[in-house]
Amino acid sequence: MADTSPNPQDLDPNAVHGCASGGSCGCSGGTDDVSEADMDAPMDGNQVMGTYYDGGKIENRSMGGLALTRREFATSMGIVTGAIAAAGCSGDALEVFKQTRLREMTQPQVKEFLARLEREYKAKYNTDITVGATPPAEGVKFAYALDLSRCIGCRRCVHACVKENNQSRPNPEGEHNNPIQWIKVLEMEKEKGINLEEADPYYNPDKVPREGHFYMPVACQQCENPPCTKVCPVQATWKEADGIVVIDYDWCIGCRYCMVACPYGARRFNWAEPHLPQKDINPNTHVLGNRPRSKGVVEKCTWCIQRVRNGRYPACVEICPVGARKFGNLNDPHGEIRAVLENKRVYILKEDLNTQPKFFYFFGV
Amino acid sequence: MLNKLFQFIKGAVHHITHGGRVYYMWVAFLLLLIAWGGYGYSNQFREGLIVTSMRDQVMWGFYIGNFTFLVGVAAAAVVLVIPAYIYHWGPIYEIVIIGELLAISAIIMCLGFVSVDIGRPDRFTHIMPLIGSLNWPRSMLAWDVLVLNMYLILNVSIVSHILWRAFHGREPSKGFVVPLVLFSIPAAVSIHSVTAFLYSGLGGRPFWNDAILAPRFLASAFCSGPAIILILLQILRKTAGLNIKDAAIQKIAELMAYAIAINLFFLGAELFKEYYSDTNHITHAQYLYFGLKGATGLGIYAWTSVAANVVALVLFLVPATRNNFFTLNVGCVLLYVGVYIEKGIGLVIPGLTPDTLGEIYEYVPTRHEMQVAAGVFGLGFLAFTVMIKVAIPVALGKLTYKPRDGEVLPAEPVEHAV
Repeated sequence: MADTSPNPQDLDPNAVHGCASGGSCGCSGGTDDVSEADMDAPMDGNQVMGTYYDGGKIENRSMGGLALTRREFATSMGIVTGAIAAAGCSGDALEVFKQTRLREMTQPQVKEFLARLEREYKAKYNTDITVGATPPAEGVKFAYALDLSRCIGCRRCVHACVKENNQSRPNPEGEHNNPIQWIKVLEMEKEKGINLEEADPYYNPDKVPREGHFYMPVACQQCENPPCTKVCPVQATWKEADGIVVIDYDWCIGCRYCMVACPYGARRFNWAEPHLPQKDINPNTHVLGNRPRSKGVVEKCTWCIQRVRNGRYPACVEICPVGARKFGNLNDPHGEIRAVLENKRVYILKEDLNTQPKFFYFFGV
Repeated sequence: MLNKLFQFIKGAVHHITHGGRVYYMWVAFLLLLIAWGGYGYSNQFREGLIVTSMRDQVMWGFYIGNFTFLVGVAAAAVVLVIPAYIYHWGPIYEIVIIGELLAISAIIMCLGFVSVDIGRPDRFTHIMPLIGSLNWPRSMLAWDVLVLNMYLILNVSIVSHILWRAFHGREPSKGFVVPLVLFSIPAAVSIHSVTAFLYSGLGGRPFWNDAILAPRFLASAFCSGPAIILILLQILRKTAGLNIKDAAIQKIAELMAYAIAINLFFLGAELFKEYYSDTNHITHAQYLYFGLKGATGLGIYAWTSVAANVVALVLFLVPATRNNFFTLNVGCVLLYVGVYIEKGIGLVIPGLTPDTLGEIYEYVPTRHEMQVAAGVFGLGFLAFTVMIKVAIPVALGKLTYKPRDGEVLPAEPVEHAV
């Protein structure tokens, strides 16, 4: 892994006392000090070459025959759209009809699609946004570990995540205020233990950690057996080969069945047009990750797919002042994750549901 | 053929545009509702679903609740056909037609409620069978799309056939109608079971993750669906001259008494499980009936629903009140209200509250949601009104094909006695 994360052992939790629960205290380091060279470094060597969104490389347990029908349809839709165009519609308005699923695109189509997205973002945000599509690397299965005995509930991860992933920002003066955060930190009483019914996600003391409390950040658990992808009626969300559950924002119809199915409250919906001021935009994006979203679609944590597929840590791992967050390749026998699994007491959230999270809570001390 | 179709349309338009004062007022009212709902929806389309009070904690609400309820109405409407056959209720085809038209209208409303609930309606092609990328067979929503559309096509086929034949003064072809009507019965069961599986298949939602949900759905559908039909039959025999015997209505009422009793028994079984085992999963039932941490928004509805169902059971069980049309109609209304709450907001909202991380977000539909829902209901009622306005004259032989002078008609086949 890249060597960008602070050494957790050197940080004193008390150092962040006085920082209110928000992340607005100016200590957002880490996100911007990685050079371009680092960004392009492959994760574990062997990247998959050839057609990326080829279906075969992606774990897909759904009907094989259906995809063919879709492709045939794309062809026939070409004829239909041609007819509509002849009837006098403008070319841009037709893009929605020509749209095919990302997973069915050949590499040249993906390239064309990314270029189109970049043009659209340039027009919309007046900023140069690069949209990448780095594929999963062979042999990599990402996993995450979070030390419950270390987390102090400062919510820096929440805000670093928002900064990195282009979520909708608060807009109290606007007509609609629909801020989106992917990480929810729950405050729990030590006396009651891990009890979600008694948890408080809206704690707001002057200083954290509060006496007698501990903190449990929850985001997407990147399940190996994800209930959310199973229920999607249009196959707009799926689990990638490296284990990250992603969404095709251009295929999602916004029915929110995946949100209903998720046992971890990890998915977010764009109830209104996202409020993303130009100054807040992170221009380095991935097509399945932090590229700007539209109104009416679902989004979720991707463990910063735009970073981790290029050899970097997720933003939340980098920012954590107490080093409570660990990230790595589950298949690496000498990696951080395996070390945690082998040496620590691990807690899996809602283990009884057989979702098989690749997000492991553990007790470091 | 074209001439016949033209004559049919001309006749249909004539019947739709001609009626009594009450009819005109009713249609005008429905058109107003639709316009009002359409205006509300245009706001929602522009601003996003933020105009509803659904949020990330409670991401389904009033729309999906109505959808669930109406799938039940659609299913139950057709199942009435069975007793109509068994007990020889006189104008069997008329009853079939009414049931099927109600089913068609209910499905139109179902599709309407799903459509107004999705965030990107412009991408509706993605969910269409064959041309979209339907996640079949894995997603229960994909199953629902398939069975609902199949059911719609099935009902439209049966009704069109009966009416087209009647338009020509001919009996429907038994070889065509009977197998389709028989097939529509398991199809009706399937649409409601699949809709129940949509909920009960979710491990992360203990309030729904329950084997009894599909049977409960069916039992409650056989309460609310016939409740609507009973009232419709009474209205139509007064206004449209349909000859429905009292005995038929009383037979339906008697059968409904069983359905109400079974539905209440299922509810009791569910409550026993929740409260006797007293696990953490009780929070949802607790929120529904008694409120949780000061959030008591649903309690009044939940108890209204239980009370309505219990009173309706008594009214349908006692022969004196069952055979009295006033108390029977009171029972129907109570039943409608009881099941509407139980299967609408009483199912969706507590299933999602508290949310999966224990947070309580009290969902109350906004004015926008009411407005849009009113529009969808208006659309369904208008569809039913217009269809029944044409169907009844056709079925009664008041709207038939008149051959032109000198036109030669094919000889009618001899109808064999059955």
